[in-house]
Amino acid sequence: MNELIFFVNKGLVGGLVIGSIYALGAVGVTLIFGILRFAHFAHGDVMTAGAFFAYALAALLTAFGFSAPLPLAILLLPVVMAATAVFAIGIDRVFYEPLRARGARPVVLVMASIGVTLMLQGLIRLIGGTGARDMYLNAPKAIYRIPTGFRDIVITQPQVILIALTIASVVALHLFLTRSRLGKAMRAVSDNPDLARVTGISLKTVTKATWIIGGSLAALAGTMLAMDVTLKPDLAYNILLPIFAATILGGIGQPYGAVAGGYLVGLSETLAVFNFSVLLRPLQPILPASWEIPANLSFVPTEYRLVVPFFILVVVLIYRPTGIFKGRVF
Amino acid sequence: MSLISLSQVEAGYGGASILNGVDLELNAGEIGVIVGPNGAGKSTMLKAMFGLVKISQGTVIFDGEDITNLAPENLSRRGIAFVPQENNVFRTLTVHENLEMGAYVRRDDYSALLDRVYDIFPPLKAKRNQPAGELSGGQRQMVAVGRALMIEPRLILLDEPTAGLSPLFMSEIFDRILAINATGVTVAMVEQNARQALAIAHKGFVLAQGRNRFTDSGSALLADPEVAKSFLGG
Ligand SMILES: Nc1ncnc2c1ncn2[C@@H]1O[C@H](COP(=O)(O)OP(=O)(O)OP(=O)(O)O)[C@@H](O)[C@H]1O
Ligand SMILES: [Mg+2]
Repeated sequence: MNELIFFVNKGLVGGLVIGSIYALGAVGVTLIFGILRFAHFAHGDVMTAGAFFAYALAALLTAFGFSAPLPLAILLLPVVMAATAVFAIGIDRVFYEPLRARGARPVVLVMASIGVTLMLQGLIRLIGGTGARDMYLNAPKAIYRIPTGFRDIVITQPQVILIALTIASVVALHLFLTRSRLGKAMRAVSDNPDLARVTGISLKTVTKATWIIGGSLAALAGTMLAMDVTLKPDLAYNILLPIFAATILGGIGQPYGAVAGGYLVGLSETLAVFNFSVLLRPLQPILPASWEIPANLSFVPTEYRLVVPFFILVVVLIYRPTGIFKGRVF
Repeated sequence: MSLISLSQVEAGYGGASILNGVDLELNAGEIGVIVGPNGAGKSTMLKAMFGLVKISQGTVIFDGEDITNLAPENLSRRGIAFVPQENNVFRTLTVHENLEMGAYVRRDDYSALLDRVYDIFPPLKAKRNQPAGELSGGQRQMVAVGRALMIEPRLILLDEPTAGLSPLFMSEIFDRILAINATGVTVAMVEQNARQALAIAHKGFVLAQGRNRFTDSGSALLADPEVAKSFLGG
């Protein structure tokens, strides 16, 4: 039983946490792809930028002697999400919109987004330095221990908040896409842009809505990731590959697929590096003496964790390039 | 007075000129049918009326106003609706959502209009919550036309509404078009099924190589042996 709870703590919670981050990122990438038809490589850096906005605002308020029972970065999330949404719209206005207006092909926009990535990475280092920062300026990271009669289930406050907010965001997004006029228009543009134009749907409005959703979810993911680990300039750039793996796994352009893909990639990553000998060790007494359970029984050594999404990506691209959810929903 | 008139319109894609000075004139309440061989420029003519290709010469007048090269949004607002030849429904949206998107530009309550569209196309009512992509070809055309009706157009441009349909569905669609026309909507329609279409047309326009070859009443064109020989398959 103790071993099982160890598994929950290390494997399941970890997988759900990183899966939530991937899901939030992948939803943005998939929506941008569905509406604007290009892979937005700078999405990771929009996440990092969001986390830096959260840090800067929290630091500013702390400097003014502001305090609260919760970490300020969490309380400031609505403001940070709004700011990052505006920031994302700004990036589109300055870099992508002029290209679209000239009828640039998607690959040109992809290249431009790689340029934006490099630029944002440079800017973030220029302004924020290269070191790691602690997001907990006013209150410490709260850790919850849920007693079970055996070992405690351990989960941190930002982890709980992240998972809860991810679920809330997905539900909100679902309601938006299926109930609201603008949400339906987004699906219409994603489905058939030419017909959308003939129908009088404003591509400008739909594009703006896409960046607002993508940017604010990226800010949520970035801030919560920085609170789970630390804030570094390459915070989210490093998880761009798993986010794209999740996007493609879910079927590009399909937001629900992206959510499922995010959790699938997150959980497989954590489970692949999980040391399963811990779970098997209690069985040792009933096994023949010659069957010694090895000290380490993980599929992939921890250092090679990033290989997992890469592997998933390659397999999906070879066997199911349209993603596992082809033909559903969006 | 004519509701829509094209005079000496020249248009094309990029360099190539496709329409070499075409004319078309319809009075309010009429059905006009455009026929002609593949590649004659029939679709391009409808697109020119809806601001989807650039007109380099000539004018389009709608309700007494020059609408040459106006953007589609602007034309929707004036009461022109367009049903493209292909990909004319949002496949992943439900039938009902397709109709709602047709009314995207409206800010008023259009529920009575929705009911009226369902009355014109009864089969759609039962399928209202089904993705349009799952419907049969005939029902998809109904969704496409229904979507266009949601702006309560004065002029509806239909590009081959019966393409690929069985004869039964074809006459069903022609029936519906007559019903829509009976409510006062002017119809400009491109058709491959030229005989059936000309039979319900007030005016027919035979196009070849981007020019008017014959223009007359629908019945006169059907009776003309030369038209029959070259354009109606004998
Ligand atoms: N988007 C486009 N870009 C370039 N050329 C085009 C485009 N669409 C059509 N054309 C060309 O313009 C000419 C006329 O096309 P159009 O679609 O108007 O013909 P049509 O009379 O509607 O034919 P069909 O009966 O096959 O629908 C054709 O030679 C076609 O190849
Ligand atoms: Mg055509």
